Amino acid sequence: MFAMFSYPFIIRALVVGTLVSLCSALLGVNLVLKRYSMIGDGLSHVAFSAMAVATVMNWAPLWVAIPVVIAAAYLLLMFSSNDRLSGDSAIALLSTGALAVGIFIISTKSGINTDINNYMFGSVLAISQSDVTLSVVLSLAVLALYVLFYNKIFAVTFDEPFARATGVRAGFYNFLIAVLTAVTIVLGMRMIGALLISSLIIFPAMSSMRVFKCFRNVVICSAAISVFCFLTGMVISYEYSTPTGASVVLINIAVFVVFCAANFLRGKIRIRKELSE
Amino acid sequence: MKNQGKKEKNKKTLITCDNLAIGYENMTVLENVSFSVEEGDYLCVVGENGAGKSTLIKCLAGLKKPMEGEITFSDEITRRDVGYLPQQTAIQRDFPASVREVVLSGCLNRSRLIPIYTKADRERALKHMEELGITGLAAKSYRELSGGQQQRVLLARALCASNKMLILDEPVTGLDPIVTGEIYSVIKTINRKYGMTIIMVSHDVKTAVRHANKILHVKHTVQFFGSTEDYVGSKIGKDFIGG
Repeated sequence: MFAMFSYPFIIRALVVGTLVSLCSALLGVNLVLKRYSMIGDGLSHVAFSAMAVATVMNWAPLWVAIPVVIAAAYLLLMFSSNDRLSGDSAIALLSTGALAVGIFIISTKSGINTDINNYMFGSVLAISQSDVTLSVVLSLAVLALYVLFYNKIFAVTFDEPFARATGVRAGFYNFLIAVLTAVTIVLGMRMIGALLISSLIIFPAMSSMRVFKCFRNVVICSAAISVFCFLTGMVISYEYSTPTGASVVLINIAVFVVFCAANFLRGKIRIRKELSE
Repeated sequence: MKNQGKKEKNKKTLITCDNLAIGYENMTVLENVSFSVEEGDYLCVVGENGAGKSTLIKCLAGLKKPMEGEITFSDEITRRDVGYLPQQTAIQRDFPASVREVVLSGCLNRSRLIPIYTKADRERALKHMEELGITGLAAKSYRELSGGQQQRVLLARALCASNKMLILDEPVTGLDPIVTGEIYSVIKTINRKYGMTIIMVSHDVKTAVRHANKILHVKHTVQFFGSTEDYVGSKIGKDFIGG
């Protein structure tokens, strides 16, 4: 198992993956609670399309995808904040629309199927040395901003009207959450895959909410679960030559089941205790 | 039919609404709405369902812009001095947050530049939790509380945000009669004991006239604005209260 640490590409994937897992777990708690679980999925499809265009045009994928996905996140928020279009249909429109554009553009060029395949399902080889620096800087920035604005982000997630009425700039913090999510999605999707990246946002948060009742503990546990699942997934992926993204998600599913069971058992024990009293 | 409430000499006007028109998109729900709120008032906004009570109060809380007209805050008060108790949302009902976390979040408008809660914030939160009798629940999860307890938590949070004015949007919806009575008496205490100005939307007009000192009755426009005694004696008041 320790032989895997002798490969530079594995080390790169471990560093970037751990940071992205942390970011997605933190943001995931807010997104799930705000009923925005699918925003990750929508944005990853946009990122897929942007990267496809970048590949065809021979541009650096990250530099194209990040601004495009931030713009898409902003659009999504605009759509869902005016009541004409509900949030989930806006996301569905954007994600399928973007996917169609991506597929259309790819079809104009032949011979780039490997890259596209990697974007869809993820590849541990996708992260180059130059990407690592950018990824580390950006994900550290996401973490720092999240921690810095933690209280405000909590207030806006728990009760946006109250936050707004008492002078918290809710619009700004919503946008901040969207931008941080966009950056996290783009950084993570090449390793985990566009089709799977949103599970990194949803699963750790959902698992941790089964067991913990206070927001701070939910956030901390979610981060721990996410990093644990990523590292375990990486080891399994290395040992058994399975795709990284799928391995990580499978571990996440297992953890979710365990946490659900723990919650169920705790409920049973509590009822029995109350009955015996 | 528009009565001006009797003005007591030492009371200062805090909010003046001048000729407001309120509605959604292109549909006007309320128009020509003019009234004022004075220091220490307990103003109840009453009217039928869909009359635009909640929309009016959202404008007062700064969540919506009136389509026409102006809401003026006097020098005594700014938007930051307004505590707000919105209607509960589905998101909150299963939100994993401790009571302490929720109450503390009311302090956010005070510590603008500091990203963490100060000692003063914590003491403030503790004081208001004591006032509302929820100190024992501090570590409990908000989603495991009863409706009445949740409402007390949100009231404590609103008190953290302001000690001058509270805006309450149907604070007793879905609560049983006993708990409803408790919440009303808590609100009355806040008004009497701490001298806070209360603006409350209620569809329960009988309780409204028991507690409030002023009534604003809306339907398309202002049907009545004035003291509760005048309202109870007026025709519209009698009709609406039901004798």
